[in-house]
Amino acid sequence: MNTLIKLFISFLQVGLFSVGGGYAAIPLIQNQIVNVWHLMSMEEFADLITIAEMTPGPISINSATFVGMRLMGIPGALLCTFGCILMPFVICLTLAYFYYKYRNFSGVQTVLGCLRPAVVSLISCAGLSILTLAIFRDGAVNFSLSNLKWVEIGLFAVCLFLLRKFKLGAIKIILGSGVVGTLIYLLIPGLA
Amino acid sequence: MKNKNRKPLNGTMLWQLFATMFSLSSCTFGGGFVIVSLMKKKVVEERQWLEEDEMLDITAIAQSSPGPIPVNASVILGYRLQGIVGSLVAVGGTILPPMILLSLIAVFYDWFRQNDVVNTALTVMRAGVAAVICDVVINLAKNVLGTKKPLYIALMVITFILGYFLDVSAMYIILGCLATGILCVVFDQWKKRRNNG
Repeated sequence: MNTLIKLFISFLQVGLFSVGGGYAAIPLIQNQIVNVWHLMSMEEFADLITIAEMTPGPISINSATFVGMRLMGIPGALLCTFGCILMPFVICLTLAYFYYKYRNFSGVQTVLGCLRPAVVSLISCAGLSILTLAIFRDGAVNFSLSNLKWVEIGLFAVCLFLLRKFKLGAIKIILGSGVVGTLIYLLIPGLA
Repeated sequence: MKNKNRKPLNGTMLWQLFATMFSLSSCTFGGGFVIVSLMKKKVVEERQWLEEDEMLDITAIAQSSPGPIPVNASVILGYRLQGIVGSLVAVGGTILPPMILLSLIAVFYDWFRQNDVVNTALTVMRAGVAAVICDVVINLAKNVLGTKKPLYIALMVITFILGYFLDVSAMYIILGCLATGILCVVFDQWKKRRNNG
């Protein structure tokens, strides 16, 4: 079978079955690309995951583009990404239609009211895991002095202060922290 | 039934929608909830397109349907603001930055892996991302506490313990709260019927 068709079918399945966001997609992609179709070796796949995690954007979109590009160039990248979002797009559009049709019913309001606190917790869990990665050298919660990254702790505190006090925009904060942090590490080499 | 809040197709709005999703998607690292909290900050606080509750509902729907959460959330956000055209535009904005970037990285892979400045920038930016999420969480948690409903506050505490300390997957947490919500509706109906009867 043509590699382009194999890639499309693979990522169609990745899109359809990866319920629960980013990390849920990784084993699915591995199964399709490495085990079923033998399009990549396990080493290449490990590299793929590293890159997909450290670059911006959803992990499954990143992986789809990377795999497609490495194997079949631009047509591959486009087809993989398209395959990956086709089913989620259709399903979400349907759900959005029903949500806006029925959301003012009191029963639906009660159910949604119970979901909202859970979403707040889930967002805070995601925030805490990023914070852990950002400020601890070994990426685990461990408050020994040598394990703390002081530059990042300082950046975090300053950013949070700017956000709470001056309501600065999210993009400015993130790009600003990247520029300032990189400059600090470059100018004071001993820190790293 | 048409959504009464939705405005007719509007070029400026479509462009803003695209630009917002494009810039969010270029600056977010890691999992789906990261981009959703940035989206909340941008769309609810900065642009004021949605109410906070609506954004939380969108997040719950995006989480419980298959596919990447940011893509799902932009489909719903786009649909809410500009119908199906809005969905297409929002998804386009969300997937273009990673597509362009990853295509380039796939081509210049070896150089990218060995570049210290790129690696440092990607690592330190996490501190900024964490601060933004923290800011969003403070606002959201304040509002849940502000409802003064013991059920909601208890749900928030319990789901946090389940998610953070016990590593229960987001999918089960959402399903559990969905079940709790349905039980509440059934209970309300039962109480109403008993009072009337």
